[in-house]
Amino acid sequence: MTPPRTRHTGPAGGAGPHALELRDITAGYDRRAPVLRGVSLSLREGEAVGLLGPSGCGKSTLAKVAALLHRPDAGTVHLGGEPARGFRHRAPRAQRTAVGVVFQSPRLAADPRLTLSALIAEPLLATGRKAGAADRTRELARAVGLGPDLLGRRPHEVSDGQLQRACVARALALRPRVLVCDEMTAMLDASTTAALVAVVEDYRARSGAALLAVGHDRTLLERWCDRTVELHGGGTDSALRSAPRAAAGTSAG
Amino acid sequence: MSADTLTPETVAGPPAAAHPLLSVRELTVRFRMRGGREVAAVTDVGLDLAPGECLALVGESGCGKSVLASALLGLLPGNAHVSGSAVLRGPGEADGLDLLTADEATLARTVRGRRVGLVPQSPAAHLTPVRTVRSQLAETVRELTGARGEELRAATLTAAGRAAFPADHLDRYPHQLSGGLAQRAATALALVGDAPLLLADEPTTGLDRDLVDRTVDELRAHTDEGRGLLIITHDLAAAERVADRVAVMYAGRIVELAPAPDFFGTPGPRHPYARGLLEALPERSFTPIPGMPPELGDLPAGCAFAPRCDRAADVCATVPQLTGGVACHRPLTAAAGEGPAARREGSRV
Ligand code: SF4
Repeated sequence: MTPPRTRHTGPAGGAGPHALELRDITAGYDRRAPVLRGVSLSLREGEAVGLLGPSGCGKSTLAKVAALLHRPDAGTVHLGGEPARGFRHRAPRAQRTAVGVVFQSPRLAADPRLTLSALIAEPLLATGRKAGAADRTRELARAVGLGPDLLGRRPHEVSDGQLQRACVARALALRPRVLVCDEMTAMLDASTTAALVAVVEDYRARSGAALLAVGHDRTLLERWCDRTVELHGGGTDSALRSAPRAAAGTSAG
Repeated sequence: MSADTLTPETVAGPPAAAHPLLSVRELTVRFRMRGGREVAAVTDVGLDLAPGECLALVGESGCGKSVLASALLGLLPGNAHVSGSAVLRGPGEADGLDLLTADEATLARTVRGRRVGLVPQSPAAHLTPVRTVRSQLAETVRELTGARGEELRAATLTAAGRAAFPADHLDRYPHQLSGGLAQRAATALALVGDAPLLLADEPTTGLDRDLVDRTVDELRAHTDEGRGLLIITHDLAAAERVADRVAVMYAGRIVELAPAPDFFGTPGPRHPYARGLLEALPERSFTPIPGMPPELGDLPAGCAFAPRCDRAADVCATVPQLTGGVACHRPLTAAAGEGPAARREGSRV
């Protein structure tokens, strides 16, 4: 019942509108037994927040709500101060494209029939940005380290790491104001993880986009994000606990 | 060509024990692709595994480590060409069985499940969705032990208990299980035949950290009962927790084979790739290795890591052999001041 205690200035109270604001979200797959109850979380412009919690706590559901991919049973979502006007296919295009999403499994997220370059270009073409799509695709591919030889391949012809690079490029294609990365690196090795985090951070440094990174790897999220919040046992009282960024780790050696 | 004569011991690193459970020598797997292209999935791998020992095989996805596991189980596709040997030897067994040359009937009847237990990558996919855990476990118990009736019921319960799968969840279907319980159900299946060798292929993918720790601790406990465990993983933290030795694979070859405490602690990895991989961890420098691994169908001549290696030199134009636990012409040494890490067992002499 106790609503969450995360920072909650509201559009009028802070320096400007939040990039993303989730207010009193109750959500799940069965109205009688929601996975989340009354959870609130706000991201300032340019802020990176890590959302931690055990499997089944509802953190992925919250990520889907934030990306307008799942309609909450109650509560509101604001993007750049504007209330979300719909979810899933009912989300207006301008709002849907303001959020870039990357999921854990690139194999589930990527259309197996498309080449990597078509995959990256998909959001550009779907929003009528045909002119310049080829250039933008090349630029995105370069940013995630995919060379021309890989761009012509289909998902089954590349590794998980290479496919996830393409999914990150696709998520950045429309220059989102908010990025939601749900277990983006859970299947990847340490070096690919560090490389993709660097791509996301480079984009954020240039664009000022906010980030919601969802995961179970505390060490990773504490190193990556400005602060982490922890979601405890879904079901009855979803509660968030906030912690500031950990001191940068020193290189072990 | 190197002037050294390489005995199997120097190739494979220090022998794990006088009587290894599994001895892999010069294992090479090639895939023939359309258009005559050849993919060098695994090249010249040598390793030993002793009873009671856990060896972690680590590397990026696509480095060949899963192909190696498939080769040991005789589960490679038809276009694969395998050479070398992988001898599985029971206690007191003189000759052992070469898994690479055994025919499918032998593998199916006497090896998979009985002498090699597979803990699969994706337990949910490994379990049959339309049958309860009890029925799947009972079927495997009956197949491998011949138990029937009341005996079968009891043996099924025992099998579940061995992998700490709770008895009151036995009548559930796979989709009703959490990731951790699905993993235990799959582990229970792998343990039924009491196989002396366990092969775990990315057993912790998709599990959260607590479950990763629990899963590898359970695998470790089964190892401590005298089994050999070969765990294939991209998760270095899991490897550190469970393994006695670590083998790092890059572009189909083992580039470093070291005792886990040396690898994760001091002196640390000696191969530049292995060092880079470890340093990429968020608790270390969180810096990626530049570039991506080469295509296994289009490997550069010489050391396959050279295009990404900041220590590359002319000498790296020839392929470095695994000698003294590292396959590198210019391996890193321990922190300056300490003697070369080589004055250890298994070092070059
Ligand atoms: S052999 Fe040369 S290129 Fe290869 S890892 Fe060693 S130093 Fe680097």
